Amino acid sequence: MRILLISLVAAAVLSGCGYNDFQRRDEAVKASWSEVINNYQRRADLIPNLVATVQGAADFEKSTLVELTNARASVSSIKATPELLNDPEAFAKFQAAQSQMTGALSRLLAVAENYPTLTATKEFGELRVELAGAENRIAVARGRYIKAVQEYNVLTREFPTNLTAMVFGYKVKPNFTVENEKALAVPPKVEFGKPAAK
Amino acid sequence: MRLVLAALLAIAAALGAARADVPVPPLHARVTDLTGTLSPQQRSELESHIAAYEARRGSQIAVLLVPTTKPEEIEQYSIRVAEAWKIGRKGVDDGIILVVAKDDRRLRIEVGYGLEGVIPDALARRVIDERIVPRFREGDFYGGVRDGVDQLIRLAEGEKLPAPSPAPGIGRPDPMGWLVPAIIFVVVAGAIFKALLGRFPGSLATGAALGAIAWFLFGLGLALIAAVAGFFLAFANAGRGSGWSSGSGGSWGGSSGGSSSSWGGGGGGFGGGGSSGRW
Repeated sequence: MRILLISLVAAAVLSGCGYNDFQRRDEAVKASWSEVINNYQRRADLIPNLVATVQGAADFEKSTLVELTNARASVSSIKATPELLNDPEAFAKFQAAQSQMTGALSRLLAVAENYPTLTATKEFGELRVELAGAENRIAVARGRYIKAVQEYNVLTREFPTNLTAMVFGYKVKPNFTVENEKALAVPPKVEFGKPAAK
Repeated sequence: MRLVLAALLAIAAALGAARADVPVPPLHARVTDLTGTLSPQQRSELESHIAAYEARRGSQIAVLLVPTTKPEEIEQYSIRVAEAWKIGRKGVDDGIILVVAKDDRRLRIEVGYGLEGVIPDALARRVIDERIVPRFREGDFYGGVRDGVDQLIRLAEGEKLPAPSPAPGIGRPDPMGWLVPAIIFVVVAGAIFKALLGRFPGSLATGAALGAIAWFLFGLGLALIAAVAGFFLAFANAGRGSGWSSGSGGSWGGSSGGSSSSWGGGGGGFGGGGSSGRW
């Protein structure tokens, strides 16, 4: 009976200081992060098909394709584990690789406009729709991740839950930043002849 | 009344003029037309067509016509609509939303997670390009929407989905709705079992009985919880003969959204699947 009472009191205290909130929000962040990863993966999976289609249909400008292939290589070289979330540096690297990919893709699509026979093919049309879908899903997943992290981070900073965070060593999680938003919106200028940033 | 409303709206518009996203309208019906494009008859025809599909398959479809989504892109707006309306069944995520921004000449089909398999983006795009856009170009909005919805239903039929639940509009049985009956059951059955078997065994029997019922209704996970809760409740309820006199009379407000007159989303999730187009 006494044990029951003690555990009840402990549960009340722990939930009062937000321990449970941390667990719940942490899971929410992880879940929304998986969603982000899935959708970036979805986009990366389209690349080989896209490269093949483009190569098959026209004598396409080589540099754009090389750039895209490099971008995909550097993206898949980063293991997007949940631990990434607790390492701001790795997170920044992941973001940089993905935005490099975004740039390479939008450049390829822009160049493709010069090849009407290519853009008229059914395969290319469908790939373009798939790509747009992947980009939209990425945007949605990123939005949800941003929201989830924001809730988690508020918890780690607010009083009194910040004390809990201190005791258990919970740190603020990295988020997609405004600068990155801009970098993603504008295709970055990429110099050719240089190996892709690792 | 209308004047006051108009004045309030004007003030709200003036206040929010800086950067106001178009608000998501409340969900009352399967077809929401804020542009006044569809006649009442056309709307009710569309409604009943979609409702028949929902009764047959359990999936939900909603149509929304707005003048504009500016300053947002239609993709941003429609995912907000999807998140607010939650069309489709919870867990099955078999909802579809067709959003038309008439003055922007843009439209989007938003596909729930559960239907992304049978309606991949490329197919959603084809529905837009082949069924809807040609009609919209002729100014035939009703025809475009009807044909588009028709084609979407045909595509969605291809997915194996759980059978529709008998209660229309609501997803699966909601455990919370059973809370009050369960408490009454525990009080009544607990009193009987305890009178017959004694306090501890009687409470055990009550918990077991409640667990068995919950197992039948909701599956094992909830059944275990119900059994334990039933045991404690019966055990703690000290009254022997007249225990239920205090138990009844509680509020019945626990079950949510039970009324059938107004239609609502079933809790379906969206992840940005579907496609957009223009005409």
